[in-house]
Amino acid sequence: MFAVAAIAILVAMALVLWRLFSGPTLYDRVLAVNSFGTLAVLLIAILGFLAGRPDFLDIALLYALINFVGTIAILKFFRYRAIGDETPRAERAGEAGE
Amino acid sequence: MSRGEERVKIIANALVLGGLWLLLSGIYEPLLLAFGAGSVAVVVALMARMDRVDGAAPEWHLKPLAFAAYLVWLLKEIARANWAVTKVILAPHMRLRQHLFAVPVTSRSDLAQVTFANSITLTPGTITIETEPGRFLVHALSYDDATPGELADMDARVAATESRRA
Amino acid sequence: MNWLANAQEILAWGLILSGSAFLLIGAFGIVRLPDFWARLHAASIPDSAGMILLFLGMAVHAGFGLVTVKLVIIGLFLFLTGPTSTHATANAALVSGLRPREGEGLEADEPLELAPDPQPERAP
Repeated sequence: MFAVAAIAILVAMALVLWRLFSGPTLYDRVLAVNSFGTLAVLLIAILGFLAGRPDFLDIALLYALINFVGTIAILKFFRYRAIGDETPRAERAGEAGE
Repeated sequence: MSRGEERVKIIANALVLGGLWLLLSGIYEPLLLAFGAGSVAVVVALMARMDRVDGAAPEWHLKPLAFAAYLVWLLKEIARANWAVTKVILAPHMRLRQHLFAVPVTSRSDLAQVTFANSITLTPGTITIETEPGRFLVHALSYDDATPGELADMDARVAATESRRA
Repeated sequence: MNWLANAQEILAWGLILSGSAFLLIGAFGIVRLPDFWARLHAASIPDSAGMILLFLGMAVHAGFGLVTVKLVIIGLFLFLTGPTSTHATANAALVSGLRPREGEGLEADEPLELAPDPQPERAP
């Protein structure tokens, strides 16, 4: 049963990867990265059960944390062109998206 | 925040974080417990410093039981909405009717508004795109005349879980 | 006792398989739907239904214990952050000027102000 789920997740990841590479806008790619991350969390958890090693769940938890922070950081970077407190330059994000 | 409240908060944070460590680690050896105590101390110090910098502590004005009932209702909604979007995706001719529209928000507290916005996004088919004072901008995948009514119903349910109308 | 274990296995099977199905449907939607705004909705299917069903299935399979506690913690975290990142993506797209194509006979409500959110003020 976990093998079936793992294969389903891998197929879903491949589909999402296709969207990641074909875009067309920046936000499609961010969306795809975010979905890919969620799928990766699920895959790691499932692999833990498949291998009989529940320790994998710790890695999944860590990956979930990093995935969320990473998505927010990417979006913030493209919106303000800076990760820290900088003057907003949101207009340029639109051009980058085309 | 007074000195005493701050101290209570630091102790509560330390207890929650320590409990989380014990739950997640599952290995109770002196060395690892010491690591846990050390990281709890560092995080609590960081949080105390952040509180001094921005001072915007989240406030919890919810009725726990009503909120639990709301979550059950929300899960049912999620199931229904997922099925609806699944049908749209799998249909040979996708019937999309995208629409960006404003939804009035009646709940007052930040937590209730966050709950409402997240609930809208969690139910596939509708996504909160922008939060403005008193209204949210919502994007719907296949909009019909019943959509605003459903969202108003959700809003009323969220507002009903608030314990105090500020 | 045996039938109970069987029922548990069957329930776990059902939950995990249906969760996997929703993951595939969501990923298929991400590929198939015509524009970014529609894809947002497809992306929230794996985030909500797929994730919830898979974690429920794994929790049922594992039974009570430390593993289930971890599953619940990861699940709760994804439950809270999934919509938040979807909202952040959509909001960034809106601010950058991307607009959905409206359905027939519909007119979009515009955001009140397109200025980006003010940065949080620094305390003195």
